[in-house]
Amino acid sequence: MKDTTLTQLQEAFPSATCTQVIDTAVLDVQPNDLTTTLTALKEAFGCDLLLDVTGIDYLTYPKPPQKERFRVVYTLRNWRDNLVVQVRTGVSNPEIGLPTASSIWESANWGERECWDQYGINFSGHPDLRRILNHVQFKGHPLRKDYPVDKRQILMESDSLEAPLKSRLASKNIAREAMTELGTDVMFLNIGPAHPATHGAIRFAVALDGETILANIVEIGYLHRGFEKLAETHTYNQVIPLTDRLNYCSSMMNNIAYVKAIEKFAAIEITERAQFMRVVLGEFYRILDHLVCLAAAGVDVGGLTNYWYLYDEKEAAYDFISKLCGGRLMSTATRIGGMYHDFHEGWEKEMEFHLAAIEKGAGDSQGLMEKNRILQDRMQNVCRFSPEQAISFGLTGPNLRSCGVPFDLRKDAPYYNYDSFDFDIPIGSNGDVYDRFMIRYEEIKQSIRIIRQAMKMIPGGPVNVNDSQVHLPKKAQVYTKIEGLANHFKMVFEGVHVPKGEWYDGYEAANGELGFHFVSDGSGTPYKCKVRPPCFYTLGAFPAMVEGNMIADAIVNLSCLNIIGGELDR
Amino acid sequence: MALGIEASLGESVLTSKLDEIINWGRKYSLWPYVFGTACCAIEFMSTAAAQFDISRFGAEVVRYSPRQADMLMVCGTITYKQAPILHRIYHQLCEPKWVVSVGACATSGGIYDNYCTVQGIDQIIPVDVYVSGCPPRPEGILNALMDLQKQIESNSILIDPQARHKDFRGILDQ
Repeated sequence: MKDTTLTQLQEAFPSATCTQVIDTAVLDVQPNDLTTTLTALKEAFGCDLLLDVTGIDYLTYPKPPQKERFRVVYTLRNWRDNLVVQVRTGVSNPEIGLPTASSIWESANWGERECWDQYGINFSGHPDLRRILNHVQFKGHPLRKDYPVDKRQILMESDSLEAPLKSRLASKNIAREAMTELGTDVMFLNIGPAHPATHGAIRFAVALDGETILANIVEIGYLHRGFEKLAETHTYNQVIPLTDRLNYCSSMMNNIAYVKAIEKFAAIEITERAQFMRVVLGEFYRILDHLVCLAAAGVDVGGLTNYWYLYDEKEAAYDFISKLCGGRLMSTATRIGGMYHDFHEGWEKEMEFHLAAIEKGAGDSQGLMEKNRILQDRMQNVCRFSPEQAISFGLTGPNLRSCGVPFDLRKDAPYYNYDSFDFDIPIGSNGDVYDRFMIRYEEIKQSIRIIRQAMKMIPGGPVNVNDSQVHLPKKAQVYTKIEGLANHFKMVFEGVHVPKGEWYDGYEAANGELGFHFVSDGSGTPYKCKVRPPCFYTLGAFPAMVEGNMIADAIVNLSCLNIIGGELDR
Repeated sequence: MALGIEASLGESVLTSKLDEIINWGRKYSLWPYVFGTACCAIEFMSTAAAQFDISRFGAEVVRYSPRQADMLMVCGTITYKQAPILHRIYHQLCEPKWVVSVGACATSGGIYDNYCTVQGIDQIIPVDVYVSGCPPRPEGILNALMDLQKQIESNSILIDPQARHKDFRGILDQ
């Protein structure tokens, strides 16, 4: 954020209170000014990416910052100028709530739905305000502080989705004359969640004219495992294993994004070696994530050979990860203030071996795919998306870049010395499924470049900060000195104390901007921990992408978007 | 020394019990329906891929229709929202059928002791083999498969397969 931005914002919005939290500009506005403020920020300040919408319940917060129990926070980004703005407003009556922002950004549609589902805050004028993560028979709002974490509610029968699909169809104003002439009618079809192409956790319903999709709705929440509520009952470090299971194809990236957000606010400066370790491992996991996406997408279009080429390399990489973290899929390798472990001896050689193998495997696979006429016909010019649409729906990461928007946090808001590496940001030219597929091969190559540079630059030294309030003391001290033992005890039971406050921090994960929005009450447990999952907003754009295309196109589009259930539903 | 029909037809014929031949066929041709919802499904992918190669155990014919499968592998967390779907799919599988609960979430809810997660799929459907781990390694999944093969050895065509779980009542069986 530029130094002058805060003054400019204050001048533009005199009735709002402007403050700065790390490098985010925070605007506290009155509910009546909300819509005008958001519109002005989008139009005059270039904040065209609505990152996230969330609520906060101050019921048990010590000395809350406002008199109302609830607050709603909109997190916006101007991706050109690296500016993040949060607009906050108090909600005096959640049933009346706030005016919707879904006419300003498409992404507000799902963001506000989730906020209503989890906190029970109404958004007046919202086109489709119904439950999104919890099931249709659910009573109450789980992220409210007076909802017990273990109060379970059984669903006896799944929602038919008939009403929302019909209302979506009606809103499309589709001319039915041609269909009547042919004597046909609209066919309704349910796909998933137990369908091989929906990868187990996504369900969609379509209204079809022949094979063409007239209207589509997506139902999610089948893998809603209550991450955010659970995080409120665990200490900061205990949440790290839970973050593994968000995007389980690249667990390490979630670990890094989570601790990076905390370290940034608590002003914990991690060591150089830890920073480089996070770059190497983060990029390595980006590659693995892309390998899974490409392998699965190939299977979804009927190309099984590709799967063996790519999965073989991923399988080999697990040997390296097992040595480093002890597990194959779940890394849990970061800690606040550094890493769990340093690399093992001889890691450079092993890493180089895997990189070469991945280059070969991904190269072979790309060669097969690029020259495959069937694949080109299935993917090229299918489900095209314009840059404007992509931004309005809140797409980030490879899916946004495939539409031609060169936004990447590693370049635009560099962290961990990313500005010292020489790498390119691949972008697409058509915004079709083919671009979304091929961009991942290119990103694999760029990540390999970054890892090779980082391996040359990585310094020696410790991987954890030397601070008894952040990192566990050495075992020798714990077993021999009472101070060490007391320190260890307090660290384990109370956790790392993070200063009181609210903040947002983003990280360029494999699927896009993975953000964490924290509210801390000064204790060792997060008061609130909201994830900004890239998949969630990507899938929100799915109906707009597939409507007008064929049903088989929707399947291939879904696999190339790389939707991961754990992160989507949390 | 060969007896009975083997004595008159020489070495071209083997006699056996009907149970044994049927169980032998069944245990080496289990067709899995992978109810993959979460992380464990990624490990199932590894189990099916070249290195671990589930086809060594005769179970590589992954079916996506419950009507064509006899082994339901529940790989991943089952939430209350997902539970009616699992319940329905279990009942769509033809007898004889077996259920493997893969991983901590399917077995007990795992680390998700909260408002939305079913605390073990055995609250919904009967389970034959449980696999521990979060997620289990592919070896664990293969071990479960071998356990199941052992269980199948003791089956008999004289026993109605449905009788095994006739007293089972899950939270959705009302």
